[in-house]
Amino acid sequence: MGHLSYEASIKAVYRGLILLGFVTLIEVFISLLAKGHVIKGAEQYKVILYTAGLVMIGLSLYKAYFIVYDFMHMRYEVKGLAMSVLLPTLLLVWAIIAFFQEGGSWKARRDQIKEKNAEEVDGKTQGGLSLRNDVYVLPEWRG
Amino acid sequence: MATAETVLEHEVHEYDSKDAWSGGKEPFKTSYGKLMMWYFLLSDAFTFAGFLIAYGSLRFSSSTWPVPDFVFSTAPFGIHHAPLIFVTIMSFLLIISSVTMVRAVQEGHRENKNGVVFWMLLTVLGGLGFLSCQAWEWTNLMGAEHMSVTTNPFGTHTSDGVYLEDEHGHAYKEGEKPEAFKARGSYLIHKHENEATGKEEWVQRKVKYSDGTLGVQELGPPAFGALFFFITGFHGFHVLSGVVFLLIIAINSGSGIYAARRNGYEMVEKIGLYWHFVDLVWVFVFLVFYLL
Repeated sequence: MGHLSYEASIKAVYRGLILLGFVTLIEVFISLLAKGHVIKGAEQYKVILYTAGLVMIGLSLYKAYFIVYDFMHMRYEVKGLAMSVLLPTLLLVWAIIAFFQEGGSWKARRDQIKEKNAEEVDGKTQGGLSLRNDVYVLPEWRG
Repeated sequence: MATAETVLEHEVHEYDSKDAWSGGKEPFKTSYGKLMMWYFLLSDAFTFAGFLIAYGSLRFSSSTWPVPDFVFSTAPFGIHHAPLIFVTIMSFLLIISSVTMVRAVQEGHRENKNGVVFWMLLTVLGGLGFLSCQAWEWTNLMGAEHMSVTTNPFGTHTSDGVYLEDEHGHAYKEGEKPEAFKARGSYLIHKHENEATGKEEWVQRKVKYSDGTLGVQELGPPAFGALFFFITGFHGFHVLSGVVFLLIIAINSGSGIYAARRNGYEMVEKIGLYWHFVDLVWVFVFLVFYLL
């Protein structure tokens, strides 16, 4: 520290409070807007939902940057220290992509199983072929 | 002559290499304690990221998911239908306590003992306020709304349709207009006492979807309850341990042992890093659980 005078650093703290509070209020407003609490029916549009999501993620990352750089004084640390703490978090980018991809494919499997369970089945044997009696034939495979 | 020069060169070289590795140099220009606090926080960030990524992938894997505005819409003093208001107040408590923590660190740099203790105690108050709010939130979710680690009564309709029963699970009377619902509409399944057995039972209303199929209101994805209690609980536990350490360090500051060290109350700076980190994690818990 000692980069700012005492009075200036106190002012900077309260500016930080106003900034964080203001950004949080904007985030809550955007969230309510996207869920249709501000304008009725807004929740029906996927575009609004996704845009609002991206904006909120951006604002949260900004809040995180502000807390780390100003409140935790990362701004005044040596570059090597800052990089040794911040760069490893980039690994999370991979983790997010991989696990969300996994979640998405999990959902696709579940939907497929649900769909298949709802299909009508034919217990009879297929023409000419003798199948075991626990084998069911789906309509699209019937000859 | 030549030998003397060689010896000198050798000595200089040896001196250099010894100097770089014999300690005393600080490439990061910070103390051991502060550096290790940063690395602890980095590892803690990975733990929280693991939890939040698990939330994300489970949410992606479910065809329905509770809408946060619907789940978190109650506040103390009988306030209902106030989406996200209570949790916004909780966020503000943490932000304010972060600011008072910065003030405590600043007073520490000026070696102002009373200032340090005053601002640290305000920070403790903020932390306790946050924990009290969370205690109310949990009590409401578990007691009034019957959410648990294994059961989640918050569901979402998958398509349009009408109810075939009223809110108490009784068939509609003659002339009563059946209630309709829309796809992606949220509902909370209540528990009612069964008159015959005296047991608490879920009231899952029978429904008829717009394509003509019949069904019942299903309970929501159970992972929601487990994730909510584990993630907010893990964060709450961080706040609780932060409050305990803040109190210990405030008492130590008051006793004058940090003043004797003459290092600008570095211990206050270290607990300050931890406390800001707790606020930082809340930024993302708030985003993932309440905003998105």
